[in-house]
Amino acid sequence: MSLCSVRRLSAFYGDFQVLFDVDLEIEEGRTVAIIGANGAGKTTLLRSVTGVLTPAADSIHFAGRPIAGLPAHTIVAQGIAMTPEGRRLFPSLSVEENLMMGAYAGRRGPWTLKRVYGLFPVLSERRRMPAVVLSGGEQQMVAIGRALMSNPRLLLCDEISLGLAPVVIKSIYEAFPAIEAEGTTLVIVEQDIGRALAMADTVTCLQEGRVTLVGQPKQFSRADITAAYFGT
Amino acid sequence: MSFFDLVDPILQGLLLGGLYALFAIGLSLTFGIMRMVNIAHGDIIILAAYVTLVVVNQFGIYPLAAAAVVIPVLAGFGYLMQRVLLNPVLGDDILPPLLVTFGLSVIIQNLLLVVFSADSMGVHAGAIQTASISLGGGLAVGWLPLVIFIVAVLVITSLELLFAHTKLGRAFRATSDDQTMAQLMGINNRHLYAVATALAFGVTAIAGVFLAVRTTFVPTLGPSKLLVAFEVVIIGGMGSLWGTLAGAMLVGVAQAIGFRYDSGSGILAGHLVFLAVLLLRPQGLIARTRDL
Amino acid sequence: MNSPRFQVGSATRLSRGAWAAGAALLVALVLAPWWAEDSDLRSIAEFAYLVAIAQMWNLLAGYGGLISVGQHAFIGIGGYVLLILSLNAGISPFLCVPIAGVVSALVAIPVAGVVFRLRGPYFAIGTWAVADIFRLILDDIPAIGGGSGKSLTSALMAIPGWEREATTYWIALGLGFGLTLGVYLLLRSRLGLALTAIRDGVPASESLGVMVGRVKLLVFVASAGGLGLAGALIYLTKLRISPDSAFSVDWTVLMIFIVVIGGIGTIEGPIVGTAVFFLMRGLLADYGPWYLVVLGSVAILVMFKARGGLWGWVASRFDLHLFPTRRRIRIEGPQPITATTPAAQSPAAER
Repeated sequence: MSLCSVRRLSAFYGDFQVLFDVDLEIEEGRTVAIIGANGAGKTTLLRSVTGVLTPAADSIHFAGRPIAGLPAHTIVAQGIAMTPEGRRLFPSLSVEENLMMGAYAGRRGPWTLKRVYGLFPVLSERRRMPAVVLSGGEQQMVAIGRALMSNPRLLLCDEISLGLAPVVIKSIYEAFPAIEAEGTTLVIVEQDIGRALAMADTVTCLQEGRVTLVGQPKQFSRADITAAYFGT
Repeated sequence: MSFFDLVDPILQGLLLGGLYALFAIGLSLTFGIMRMVNIAHGDIIILAAYVTLVVVNQFGIYPLAAAAVVIPVLAGFGYLMQRVLLNPVLGDDILPPLLVTFGLSVIIQNLLLVVFSADSMGVHAGAIQTASISLGGGLAVGWLPLVIFIVAVLVITSLELLFAHTKLGRAFRATSDDQTMAQLMGINNRHLYAVATALAFGVTAIAGVFLAVRTTFVPTLGPSKLLVAFEVVIIGGMGSLWGTLAGAMLVGVAQAIGFRYDSGSGILAGHLVFLAVLLLRPQGLIARTRDL
Repeated sequence: MNSPRFQVGSATRLSRGAWAAGAALLVALVLAPWWAEDSDLRSIAEFAYLVAIAQMWNLLAGYGGLISVGQHAFIGIGGYVLLILSLNAGISPFLCVPIAGVVSALVAIPVAGVVFRLRGPYFAIGTWAVADIFRLILDDIPAIGGGSGKSLTSALMAIPGWEREATTYWIALGLGFGLTLGVYLLLRSRLGLALTAIRDGVPASESLGVMVGRVKLLVFVASAGGLGLAGALIYLTKLRISPDSAFSVDWTVLMIFIVVIGGIGTIEGPIVGTAVFFLMRGLLADYGPWYLVVLGSVAILVMFKARGGLWGWVASRFDLHLFPTRRRIRIEGPQPITATTPAAQSPAAER
């Protein structure tokens, strides 16, 4: 069942065009990986879906309803959450307060503070500390936990592995099955292609704002992916 | 110099700090949450004083009780002003909000002039205006300044509790940190900013009620109050409400000492303390990490 | 393959025409003491000095990006230099004007040392606090009149009437034209380029070698100097000065409204704004404080509807520039540049 569909999405920063007629189909329960080099437009795509950027009318539908043009703060209430590139935790807030902020929209569901601490026990030990003094990996856990607290149907993860050591990345990715089991559909944006492809049911590759490849990971060879990624 | 000459201005100055803190809190709030400085801030204090005058004259109620009307009226005005006039011009450029609030300052002053004329006004609150507690050695503490100081402490305590322990307070802190991420949490910025301004105006209204009772006022008194509030915020350190109280007390004491000579010297003394802090410790007395 | 020849310059057809008209106007105005009434001379002088002070605020805010609500401090300093030097030191009042400019500029340096520690809106109010400090200090000095002020007529008594009126008028005219021209030349210089770069982005301009702090200081000092000149001239016309008047924020109110309504960040703006101000003051003369209410409302409206003010709107609509500061490329030679070919197809399609 289609959870979110993006049709012919173009995005601009001023006069500079960043996305060119991008199509993206997200089915409920099927993890999507979006890969591409820096500047390919991956983050712009996510920002358009979450309402941070305003897309053209009718270009984005979620759970059957058009959401393009809705203000960002109402989109989270619809059930879309994001862990942004660079984590962007609130520096003035403690770990626990950051997590509580995630629940601001008041959506009901399985994810509570207790469940999040169950998923990431180390956060429970650090709950009163200012979120920004935690290590990179722990901050990433807070960011994911914060997004989960809104009980999203769709969770967009932007560059989770950025700046983290491989062993830390591994432990974070180990949390994903539990998240999927609760019924959240995942979109993973990654530069770490291997991990993204291992997890995904569908992969989309962006190159300079255009979709250059879409399908199941097992359909493509290494060469196909490289060509789509770099555009050679 | 006698004991009295030494201690009295310090005592009076510390209490005056309570009033100055109430002047400054609203300014500190809007800058802390929205990075916006309202140049009409002083005029809002005066506006509240005039509203108090009207309420007292119309309904004959006790001035300090008039606060129950003045505060919601000013808070409502603040909410509307933020949503209609200020939210649309908030952005990266600091000029539009400065100019809009500057325009508002001139408009408010001149509308007050039209309605109330330039005559000095005051509100009578009876005994409390002159009653005092004797402390011995010739020293006395006025009831009104004491009440004002206590209210200032209560307001700051309540605000600190609000920020630390309520959903709204967390929303304020989060929005102040990162507006975009706050929206992704479900916070409606436009509404939140208006609530912040309503809160700031509400506190400022309290200051206005007290001002109306404590001194006489004219429509053009606003800018001098803005300057005091601004200096208190800088001296106290941005982002700290207790710092604002500390700064206010420092300015109050400086002014009280200066007033011994003449009224001009009093205000000048306050300015000089501000200059000294700016030169020697620009982050203020109690610094939190917020850039100027 | 021939690349087209081109020239870089800033004059437009309109600007050249405007210069010719301006020169003619200037000649007529200079000759005014011979053909105009005293009251007309005073009105023109007032127009001229309002343009002058508006240009100085515009230089600081519109071009320098430094919004100050306390620049009137330097008007006051100019006025008091006039008072002190002409009454107490016996210097010719007319000579005091340039001296006042220099003194203001010098005072601006330590003032900058203090207020530059503040940013944005706090800088704006900080300058206001400084102006108030000057006012309070001067309030306390009885030798120059203290709080109730002092009259300047005794310094001017010695000069015969017509000569006095005419010289004051010419100084005003000179300030109005001169400071406008000065701003224009400044902006066309390398300093002007630096200012534009800073306005567009501080880190980028710093990386290109623009010394942002120095440039801002220079602009602040220049603005202060200009205001000092104007302040001395203004009190030459008013003949009576007091701290409350000379250091009154009303001067800043005027500067800001004139610049914002006329068009911030343009040289034509202050001129247009002063004209609008004169018009409104004339129309609303009988309504007392209402004219300030109207002025304030119009300024707010400008922020909402047309940030560039009246001239900004006209200039963008009709591409008019009387004082062009931007450089344009004019293509000469046989081949005009055609539109570039569309971007290459995506790699996937090419496969």
